[in-house]
Amino acid sequence: MAQQQIDAHTEVAGHGGGEGGHASFPPFDPNTFGSQLLWLAITFGLLYYIMSKVALPRIANILEVRRDRIASDLGEAERLKRETDEAIASYEESLAEARQKAHGIANTARDEAKSHIEAEFAKVEADVASQISEADKKIAAVKDAAMGEVDAIATSTTSAILEQILGSSVAEKEVSKAVSTAKAN
Amino acid sequence: MTDPAVDPIHQFQIHDIFTLGEVGGVQFAMTNSSVFMIAIVVLISGFLILSTSGRGLVPTRWQSAAELMYELVASTLRNSAGTEGMRFFPFVFSIFAFVLAANVIGLVPYFMTVTSHLVITAALALLVIFTVIVYGLMRNGLGFFKLFLPSGLPVAIAPFIAIIEVLSFLSRPVSLSLRLFGNMLAGHIVLKVFAGFIVTLTAAGVGGWFAGILPLGMTVALTALETLVAVLQAYVFTILTCVYLNDAIHPSH
Repeated sequence: MAQQQIDAHTEVAGHGGGEGGHASFPPFDPNTFGSQLLWLAITFGLLYYIMSKVALPRIANILEVRRDRIASDLGEAERLKRETDEAIASYEESLAEARQKAHGIANTARDEAKSHIEAEFAKVEADVASQISEADKKIAAVKDAAMGEVDAIATSTTSAILEQILGSSVAEKEVSKAVSTAKAN
Repeated sequence: MTDPAVDPIHQFQIHDIFTLGEVGGVQFAMTNSSVFMIAIVVLISGFLILSTSGRGLVPTRWQSAAELMYELVASTLRNSAGTEGMRFFPFVFSIFAFVLAANVIGLVPYFMTVTSHLVITAALALLVIFTVIVYGLMRNGLGFFKLFLPSGLPVAIAPFIAIIEVLSFLSRPVSLSLRLFGNMLAGHIVLKVFAGFIVTLTAAGVGGWFAGILPLGMTVALTALETLVAVLQAYVFTILTCVYLNDAIHPSH
């Protein structure tokens, strides 16, 4: 009986039709239910096993490793950035320090040069002043001397003129007295 | 008997390759459907295992596709059932992969569509519902039945709401299985009907060759539509599974 049924079933299947005591619409043919359910149980069970034991843990692991790697890379980048910032800050600091030092050196040098120039200038000025005063003295002496000589020349010239006009010599004392009177006027 | 080339029902025929025997009046056999179920498992496992064999930090295209599939199901499950729902991830992923592979493989001409048989979709739907019931009772005890009685309900209408909730819960496996079955069955029948027109028309002579262009265009368009339906129905089945599992985890509305 059972063998007969199987034969009938396979025969129908072989014909590709849906007749011969079976439901004509294949999805509703109960003779195939047993096989379908059996194979569904086997294959779905196998699929579930492979997914849960092999495939999904592997993908989960890949994703986790990637997430960790990205997180650690971000951390590393953060650290490097902080280091860079620190380096830049210390560089700026030393740059500012150096600039200040350079500024100080320049100031000192300028001050030194200024005081040096001022000292030199004062010295030269003093020199020049003393030379000028000396020259002034000399000029005054020469002037005095010349002035003294002017009296003598005027006296002699006057006595010479008077001698020519009067035809006789005039006392030198008189002449010099007259000259000094004229000069005073 | 109709010609298999134009008979739209012929593609759903399950025939035995060899019989395995009979237990308690139920016949078991290696059928064409079994071959495709095995093919589904081989395809999915092969794809996921081979594509991730490199375990690349920077994924290859294949690995990217595998990761994309993983992330899609994981985020769907996490969004609808929360972190606690992730314990069902292998189950939900297996369902998605199985249905998706069955639907997509079925699009290839001459290939059997495993999910076009009600017994398969019903078995999957019942598996989901029983998982929901068993886990819901295990986790919440009798609190699971709060699912049928939303909180803050006036006492007067509570019985009616409870009855409606029970009916809606019972209709879930029916709608879940019929939706997938109906979509796959109808789509393949329509495709075969239009493809059959081409065969009939070209047999009619030169005029038929030209007239056959119309159903050919229709078949191409329907193939595109059916590809969409195949992927979409796999996703719908999965997201509903996630929603139902959420009820098992958080029964109070």
